[in-house]
Amino acid sequence: MRDVAILGAGMTRFGELWDRSFREIGIEAGLGAMVDARISSAQLDAVYFGNMASGSLIEQEQIAPLILDYAGLGSRHLPAVRVEAGGASGALALHQGYLAVASGLYDIVVVGGAEKMTDVTDERGSDIASATADHEWEVVFGATLPSLWALVARRHMHEFGTKREEFAQVSVHDHEMGSRNPNAHYRNKVTLPQVLGAGPVAEPLGMLDCAPLSDGAAAVVLGPLDVARKYTDTPIRIAASQVATDSMALQHRREITTIDATVESAQRAFRRARRAPSDVQVAEIHDAYSIAALISLEDLGFVPKGKGGPEFASGRFAKGGAGPTVNPSGGLKSQGRPFGAVGIAQAVELVRQLRGEAKDRQVSGATLGLAHDLGGTGATSVVHLFERVN
Amino acid sequence: MSIARFWRETPQRYNLGGSKCSDCSIVYFPPRSVCPNCSSHRRSIGRMVPFQLSGDGEVFSYTVVHEAAEGFDMQVPYVLALVKTVEGPLLTGQIVDVEADEVRIGLPVRAMFRKLREEGKAGVIHYGYKFAPREEDRAPAEPRGQRDASRAATPEGRRGPTTA
Repeated sequence: MRDVAILGAGMTRFGELWDRSFREIGIEAGLGAMVDARISSAQLDAVYFGNMASGSLIEQEQIAPLILDYAGLGSRHLPAVRVEAGGASGALALHQGYLAVASGLYDIVVVGGAEKMTDVTDERGSDIASATADHEWEVVFGATLPSLWALVARRHMHEFGTKREEFAQVSVHDHEMGSRNPNAHYRNKVTLPQVLGAGPVAEPLGMLDCAPLSDGAAAVVLGPLDVARKYTDTPIRIAASQVATDSMALQHRREITTIDATVESAQRAFRRARRAPSDVQVAEIHDAYSIAALISLEDLGFVPKGKGGPEFASGRFAKGGAGPTVNPSGGLKSQGRPFGAVGIAQAVELVRQLRGEAKDRQVSGATLGLAHDLGGTGATSVVHLFERVN
Repeated sequence: MSIARFWRETPQRYNLGGSKCSDCSIVYFPPRSVCPNCSSHRRSIGRMVPFQLSGDGEVFSYTVVHEAAEGFDMQVPYVLALVKTVEGPLLTGQIVDVEADEVRIGLPVRAMFRKLREEGKAGVIHYGYKFAPREEDRAPAEPRGQRDASRAATPEGRRGPTTA
């Protein structure tokens, strides 16, 4: 296995991109990453593509060759692979691209992720996303993704005394961060009373505890670290890429206030990179529902189990806190949630942070970044560690 | 959804048919063909036996759903819960025949056979389990006989918005 670096990164704006098709946003992100890496299409060996549900959302499958075709690369007959793991599709595609380069099979690989959520109604989009939970034993009985996370929230409150205000603080934080991100779906700030007073979705979660359904695409270019300087002055090394899985349904998990797949993927990643949570200065974590952010911070090892609420509310994960700084992009809540693009967008943000190119979102002195992405309620967790190479 | 897709799950959804590992005695719902608990999975293959849950349990966690799952729009707001059955498995289902603000973690409940949802006017009607507080745990707010009579007259219950 050889070391793998990110050579370039690109993404579209996230949001309700009504004037733009799935193909257009996929191409924009991919070409943006290739331009950033200063590679030509002739150097490209393969493409990996994260996408959750194009068949349901735009009635189109085989999207990996489709995007290549409309990017003008059809006649190169490149290998193109679509990867699916619900909301973790992008992160899992990155893992596959990483393996392909690390193994030596391919040298230059583009990993993209895209989702077009607004070609269906909001309600239909939510129903399609709920297919990332267990359809036969959760959804058929009335469960939705937010309602399953609400069950987790209620139990976390019961077991650890976590307060409603504490996880509401996640949304306040994310919108504060995202207000400085020109690509973000929502750039408005929100206050604690606004989050607490927003209409209920699944109690105790309200409208402002839930990430939006967004359109968007993101892409990175991967290559072997030993030749990375041919393409970029600041290669970002993938220090670890780890995946873990668990039972599909919440009801079959060992417990519901710990996401075991997160714990496993994080521990494997830190072991592999020979690093510890305290080495991380900046993290993009899964905050599709505010409570999920608190639990992720616990399960990634940044705070002890049950302490996520008070630690978050204390400002620990804000800029200038004891750290790491969490979701400088605004996270899924503010930057947006185009499912298959999320994991790649996290990598794009961390590349910008580690290169020192994040402008007024910059976390000063960041050299190690962590990305964490979940599918559904945690049947798939992917953790990446990215490191600035000096 | 095709009729067959729902029909093939009726033993579980109508009658709470689960399975039990004859090696370690752990009960599973829905039934499994391999035991996740046995250190040697292969030993459990062919040794999972049918096991019917009693339907008794208590609320493990709950939420009041305001933005419904597909086919549940007419029921909002409804209480969705994880119920810890006395035999061990957790089940996901609605809590009905009780006011939402009376539901709490630890509330004893019992499974009952109910209509879950229908697929439009001409589609399949899905039936399965929901949960309600057990009769014997209810506060005796009115004479027993009277209450039973009223419930018999309206078998779907008349206890406010969480009834379905």
